[in-house]
Amino acid sequence: MVVNRERTAFQQVAREQLPWLYALARKLTADSAEDVVQECLVKAYRNFDDLREIEAAPGWFRTILMNCVRDRYRRDTSGPEEAPLDDVSDYSLYRKIAEEDPWPYSETVHVDFLHSFSEEDVWAVLDRLSPKYRIPLVLVHMEGMGVQDVTRMLGASKNTVLSWLHRGRKQFERELWDYAVDNGLLKEKARSR
Amino acid sequence: MIDCDEAVKQLWEYVESELDALERKRVEDHLALCKQCCGEMEFAEELRQFMASQLAVELPPGIGARFDRLLDELATERAP
Repeated sequence: MVVNRERTAFQQVAREQLPWLYALARKLTADSAEDVVQECLVKAYRNFDDLREIEAAPGWFRTILMNCVRDRYRRDTSGPEEAPLDDVSDYSLYRKIAEEDPWPYSETVHVDFLHSFSEEDVWAVLDRLSPKYRIPLVLVHMEGMGVQDVTRMLGASKNTVLSWLHRGRKQFERELWDYAVDNGLLKEKARSR
Repeated sequence: MIDCDEAVKQLWEYVESELDALERKRVEDHLALCKQCCGEMEFAEELRQFMASQLAVELPPGIGARFDRLLDELATERAP
């Protein structure tokens, strides 16, 4: 009976957290989101006694999820740092848009370019990023974490995290352009989305 | 005076206020004289806001059932 009561209590608490836990995992890990959430729930269930106050549940679950993501990140990025085959660090989407000038009569071509993306398009671009750059990028630019906190979470130096962020932003910029070209977002009618 | 390549590399850190005072001043000195990099900087700010806008996530169908099955397995694991 004790086990059943505990299970019911955990189920109730975990169910409330599930939507945002899954959303965070989806942003950070794409197709692995379900596995990461499952891993998080297993760890949370086994340590449920540690959760003293029900009000602390969101922060408690978030910490466990972040630890699961961190462990995966370390596994996926372990090994010597390799020079990227396709260095994007000097890429400039601003210059690319100005050079290609997809809507010559627009005076706000750069903003128009960003507005041509639907939410579904942004997801597709995000999913094109390598995990190495995606996770720091999402944590800082979508979840609002400070660089110092990301440094602690990923166990990397500040300079390394800044370098990943720089490459991640540049990869994101290039993928935005390539996605727009591949999916017809640069056609005149796409601008009015 | 830093050049455009150096300034562009630091623009995101600049808009995120991640630069120290000296680095910040170097970027600002460059921006004061370079219209192209001012455009880059304004676009970096636009892009920053674009990325910060919330992406909606829907729970995939069946995840609730998967979660319930998982809890059943865990409850069995902890049963005496």
